[in-house]
Amino acid sequence: MTLLARLKGALTGKKAASSDPSLRDRGFLVFENTSEVIAAENLLREAGWKVRVMGPPAEIRRGCDLVIEFPLIERLEIGRLLQSAQLPPLEVVPVSGPLLQPVDLFHTVDYGDYLMVRAANMKICVDKRSAVIVNISGGGCPDVPHLAARMVGQHLNKAPQPRDIGHTLCGYALQLAYEELRRQCSP
Amino acid sequence: MLAIIGTVPDAAVPITVGPAELVGEEVVVAGRAFAVNRGTPALLAAAIATGGVLGLPPPMAYLVGDIGLGDGSRRLYAHLAATLPACDHELLVFHYLQPDVDWHGRVLLAIGEMRRRPLLIADAGYMYVAKMSGQAEDYDLFTPDVGELSFLADDQAPHPFYTRGFLLHMDGEVPEMIARAYRYGNAARNLLVKGKRDYVACPTGILAEIAAPSVAAMEPVGGTGDTLTGIVAALVASRLPIPRAAEAAARINRLAGAMARPTPATQVGELIACIAPAAAQALADLDLRQSSAQPGSA
Repeated sequence: MTLLARLKGALTGKKAASSDPSLRDRGFLVFENTSEVIAAENLLREAGWKVRVMGPPAEIRRGCDLVIEFPLIERLEIGRLLQSAQLPPLEVVPVSGPLLQPVDLFHTVDYGDYLMVRAANMKICVDKRSAVIVNISGGGCPDVPHLAARMVGQHLNKAPQPRDIGHTLCGYALQLAYEELRRQCSP
Repeated sequence: MLAIIGTVPDAAVPITVGPAELVGEEVVVAGRAFAVNRGTPALLAAAIATGGVLGLPPPMAYLVGDIGLGDGSRRLYAHLAATLPACDHELLVFHYLQPDVDWHGRVLLAIGEMRRRPLLIADAGYMYVAKMSGQAEDYDLFTPDVGELSFLADDQAPHPFYTRGFLLHMDGEVPEMIARAYRYGNAARNLLVKGKRDYVACPTGILAEIAAPSVAAMEPVGGTGDTLTGIVAALVASRLPIPRAAEAAARINRLAGAMARPTPATQVGELIACIAPAAAQALADLDLRQSSAQPGSA
């Protein structure tokens, strides 16, 4: 999104973001051009997702005049499908707030032999001596217990990554915490 | 009766409904056994352990398999929408379900058709969807951690993943975030905020703060929030007023943590084993065994 578009949204005070509560669990997929929108829509519909093509709100209006509305919680799963078809979106934003950005603030707690990193609502903790993941906590989407079952007990560098086996925004937040933990544990 | 609703991380598990029993380190529902290492089974185990001290019957569990694709959650939502109107549960606890605004609304409508409105507790994904749908005030208790409280305090974020940075920076200003959550109608009638210091709050302000015993190593242990929700659910089901139940639950969860002597590598099953003695000790200390006329009433 251009700075100009952001400023325009801010200055007009226009809430292009939907205030309709029924749309608050939806997101927009923004693509480079209409051909990509059509190809992505076909791909997602064939995979069984409830999506619809519509005009973008003012804050994210750019070259292409169409966006795809999709279930935001399943962002990780849908992003993986689009990536595999070489249709990565330019942007993924919430319908309720197209200017909102993913969390980029990390909290770190050093317990001596253990190090914990939190991103948004997700926490991951590693044993510094062995680099084994010892706990995953927080979150509320059903892939969190699934991710914990797959990752806890694994070496930090060999564990399956949330971006590969997770499905939701909680999984995405865990991926960010995982990457930050790896960064802090790297020599 | 207390009913607990959530998911287990096994896509093959169908909708499973029945009284939940704690057998060793597993919760058993309708002949199926679930490990209590985290998530809804951990919540169930904590509720059963606390309920055992209080002399409560086992909670009714509504479980389904879901690994994050939302398919199991949506089947369970549909089951609830169809069956709840004929149920007489006094307390419903909603937990790890895929947030879905449309289905959340249908379940609330079904609850409205019940002969008697049950008390409603929401944690995890169901708390997210309750806030996201603008219907948080229909609930009697939310049990967020500090990161989730930041999300409730953000009038724009549809999920904690999008919580704005200035709210995440307010980590040490919990009372301000609670006030902000209430200002925007994004909190239940009562809040139990878990963290270094636990807070019990309602729209008029902070009712209690619990900081002892302090067990720093509990924060990274997955499932300690789930056990807290299970403990408070059992206490509310025993007809304690919600604020008192929340305060007692915070003490019991901390005491169980202290008894388990955890490290950051401890698994929550070790803590669950300490809940019954912790509940017995805390309830004796607090003299909370007497009951009132209605569960959860003030």
